[in-house]
Amino acid sequence: MAVKSVTFHRGGVHPLEREHHGKTRSQGEAIRSVSTGQVVLPLANYAGAPAKPLVKKGDTVRLGQKIAEAGGYVGVPYFATVSGKVLAVENRLSTIGTSCLAVVIENDGKDEPDPSISPKDYRNMEPDQIVKAIQEAGIVGMGGAAFPTHVKLNPPPDTKVDCLILNGAECEPYLTCDHRVMLERADRVVEGCRILMRALSVERAYIGVENNKMDAVQALEKALDGRTDITVAPLKVKYPQGAEKQLIQTLTGRTVESGALPASVGCVVSNVGTAAAIAQVFATGMPCVERVVTVTGPAIREPGNLQVRLGTSFETCIEACGGLTEDVAKILSGGPMTGFAQATTAVPVMANTSGIVALTEKELLPEASNCIRCGKCLMVCPMGINARDVALAVIHNDLSRAIALNAVDCIGCGSCSYICPAMRPLMQNIKLARAAALERARKKKA
Amino acid sequence: MKLHVSSSPHVHAPQTTQSIMRDVLIALAPATVVAIVYFGLNALILVVASVASAVLTEFVIQKLTHKKVTISDCSAAVTGLLLALNLPAGCRWWAAVLGAAFAIAIVKQAFGGLGQNFMNPALAARAVLMTAYPAMMSGTSYQSPNFWGDAVSGATPLSLLKDGYTASLPFNWEMFLGLRGGVIGEVCTLALVVGLIYLLIRRVITWHIPVIYIGLVFLAGLILNGFNLEIAVCYTLGGGLFLGAIFMATDYTTNPNTIRGQAIFAVGCAVLTVCIRQFGSMPEGVSYSILLMNLVTPLIDRFVNPPLFGRRKRHAA
Repeated sequence: MAVKSVTFHRGGVHPLEREHHGKTRSQGEAIRSVSTGQVVLPLANYAGAPAKPLVKKGDTVRLGQKIAEAGGYVGVPYFATVSGKVLAVENRLSTIGTSCLAVVIENDGKDEPDPSISPKDYRNMEPDQIVKAIQEAGIVGMGGAAFPTHVKLNPPPDTKVDCLILNGAECEPYLTCDHRVMLERADRVVEGCRILMRALSVERAYIGVENNKMDAVQALEKALDGRTDITVAPLKVKYPQGAEKQLIQTLTGRTVESGALPASVGCVVSNVGTAAAIAQVFATGMPCVERVVTVTGPAIREPGNLQVRLGTSFETCIEACGGLTEDVAKILSGGPMTGFAQATTAVPVMANTSGIVALTEKELLPEASNCIRCGKCLMVCPMGINARDVALAVIHNDLSRAIALNAVDCIGCGSCSYICPAMRPLMQNIKLARAAALERARKKKA
Repeated sequence: MKLHVSSSPHVHAPQTTQSIMRDVLIALAPATVVAIVYFGLNALILVVASVASAVLTEFVIQKLTHKKVTISDCSAAVTGLLLALNLPAGCRWWAAVLGAAFAIAIVKQAFGGLGQNFMNPALAARAVLMTAYPAMMSGTSYQSPNFWGDAVSGATPLSLLKDGYTASLPFNWEMFLGLRGGVIGEVCTLALVVGLIYLLIRRVITWHIPVIYIGLVFLAGLILNGFNLEIAVCYTLGGGLFLGAIFMATDYTTNPNTIRGQAIFAVGCAVLTVCIRQFGSMPEGVSYSILLMNLVTPLIDRFVNPPLFGRRKRHAA
């Protein structure tokens, strides 16, 4: 049973190491369901074009009924996550900090399912039928990026995918939702893994789990029941272990080239939560209407892992966890390394909201001071980017130099800013360069 | 409820500029205490004068230029203390004041303050003092430890070695404890090594520069002295090598950013040190070696960068 834990080769940090990465607050809390009176479903939050609404104010909708059509191939349809009356189709604030068209539904509490819903047996389905079913169920990556899963399952024709990787690293501090899902719903994770394997026609899959969750590793092993098609691999605890390229390197030894997709080295990576959701979609026929979200942080009175309908407000989740302490100063959607700070709790949980983390004044970062050239940002960067020089180029408004210094390869893990003793906003500046560089490339193409 | 909004990441490592500088001060504490115990009142005066002058100069300049006063980050204090530890016991207090003011005003603030200087401020100040007051910075100004007694001038082991007086060299263990002539902070190798261990434990520096630098000089000492171990140890412990390699060459601002670059930097320091000792007129060359390598640092950083993850290999055309 003593399998050696593995990790990626270069860089990385250990955020909140002294407090067990902040995970002890919520990792012992079993998943519990919390209901909501109203859901807000923004239609333009995930990658791809905004979805087109199919319902209007005053309509009555059923649970799982399609309420918006996908806006394009890299887009997904949206479904009612409760049954009830459509209160509004209007602009609402979402967790990425912008407003977009959203469907607001009042929950009648009956959970009347849409009549079209019926279970599917993936064993009798062809790979392309499975991919189609996943696309029609509106599945996006639930680890954080919210990339539509069906797009990943349709790799470019010049690639040969031979390996599926499920990401159960959960390397972000504080978050424990994937941990609880793997522990309590190991069967679903394994089932979802097999569905994805069939969709990709691959024989081999890994589930990578950081070794601070050995109970989850055991639960998954148990769910495998001796079958060897899936390997559960313990990983060393190191951030960003769950980053796609780092995870692929760790488990397969393959290196995804700069600018290339995982499929170029024969891999597709998906989150364990997504796999569990896919298993549910096939078992019940119901599209993805709920997720597990970790509500935690020093400013949350009773941290926990909640199962909520998509569209439930942060406020409802926080109230279900004993509310906020007096000294709350920041509320994040996602973990503290990559999450988005929210200006209000009146934003909805979305498919990629893995956590609601509330920090106190004590956790606020002090002002930046002069760079002391310590070089720590270079040493921790898992991508080998000279964060100091890129950030400097951005400050000097020299986009060409930032691009020459590989700003576009930044995976946004934040290790550089995390380690910087002068508190300089390194990753924030690299992000600016990356966005500007991608914009420039788009313009060139057009 | 007031919520702060900022871009990720939202947490930070415990280490800050201030904590790093504080750690350097703590790491220098054993050598400072030894300096004062060994060399008496004037050593204490030099330390106080130098640190006070450095901090005051930084304060005044930042006030005059309407910049944020950053003396609380302790970096000026580190510069002042390092300069003091690089002065011979016979040096006068006003020279320390002048030197520290030069280090902060010219070498550090004139180039943009913390992190912007192109050479180590304390070493640059020492070089200036050596040029301006050669008598005070050499010869009889060098003393042997007197434990608050009367000053006894004492040649450094390296100058004895250079002049061929190998018979009058102190024993190796004496040198390890610091019972030999030299500037006040360099004599006690034990205290400096304690500081090194502290810096390594606190992850302020990595082992590369000190170990490569000291190791290579020791190796050269062995080779140049016909594999006489005792003299090679003397060659290594007898000058300012440990003080320089542990506290000066590891100065973040003036050494390369990458480990590979730092290794090149350390090799360069070692080669220059041995060359100056061997071919130069001075018995010791650590200060100038580090200063020269400081000037090469931008070049090293330009050519030595971490390789990009998944860098595309150049395909043959």
